[in-house]
Amino acid sequence: MSGLTTPSTIPFPRLRPWLLAVPVLLLVAYLVLMDNGAVSQTGAFLHELMHDGRHLLGVPCH
Amino acid sequence: MVRTFLARGLLVGLLAGLIAGTFAFAFGEPRVDAAIALEEAAAQAEAPEPAAEEAGHSHGEEAEVSRPAQKAGLFLATGLYGLAVGGVFALVFAGLRGRVGPRSDGLLALAAAGTAFVAVILVPFVKYPANPPAVGDPDTINSRTVLYLVMILVGLAATAIAVATARRVTADPWARWVAAVIGFLVPVGAAWALLPTVDEVADGFPATLLWEFRLASIGTQLVFWAAFGVLFGWVSERAARRTSDVPLSATAPS
Repeated sequence: MSGLTTPSTIPFPRLRPWLLAVPVLLLVAYLVLMDNGAVSQTGAFLHELMHDGRHLLGVPCH
Repeated sequence: MVRTFLARGLLVGLLAGLIAGTFAFAFGEPRVDAAIALEEAAAQAEAPEPAAEEAGHSHGEEAEVSRPAQKAGLFLATGLYGLAVGGVFALVFAGLRGRVGPRSDGLLALAAAGTAFVAVILVPFVKYPANPPAVGDPDTINSRTVLYLVMILVGLAATAIAVATARRVTADPWARWVAAVIGFLVPVGAAWALLPTVDEVADGFPATLLWEFRLASIGTQLVFWAAFGVLFGWVSERAARRTSDVPLSATAPS
């Protein structure tokens, strides 16, 4: 794919600072999908609250 | 500009998550209820045995969160999931734009969302399908979670291999597509064949219920990614048309 530019390419240096958001977003996803109290320190509460979502989003729940 | 994409991904992800939650509520919850009913019946029947206590998980004794609250929690879960996934998608999208894939924001959004569904959802699902409550041994949850994450990584790596392979093919577009599909399926097929199989469906668990639950589960993800791809593409296309490219931040949701 030769570089004809229709949508302007965002240079990587401008992209890089925003990548700091990725760990935060992955942490949210982890808390929703997988945490069983180890990180959230709420015991089974988070697991139970997100329970149906975990099952139906297809992640191993228990 | 990256900020605009990120905000768009978060908002569209939240919305698509709530749409998927609605689907899951309508088509998935009846199956979850049915599975929990079976689980509780089985736990009661086996109550005298000491093993039953271990086999039954938190629904029974602890039940910190009631069933109605868990159904509300479904929307919280899918909404937050959409938010997180949408944010990551937006940053990847910002990186791909103009480098890989279609030259239009709308088409790129659709292509990337479709690819994400196949690589991150469908590839793990085929090997380790979703299970309703009452299916699955709590003692193996850690290994099953790891295997599931490995399948996601395999799907992502296979996507990268597929793109890299296709780029080397300078012949006609069909040859490129064939190269991409082979580049994707070889590692994925190898992982499907080589990784350990998980079979923890108890004897007597109704096959129809299991099938319907799994259909609802993959349907929930399909609704999410379809809604996300269409909405993200639509908004991006509109924004790109309104301002020809650079001052996108003027149209950013504040």
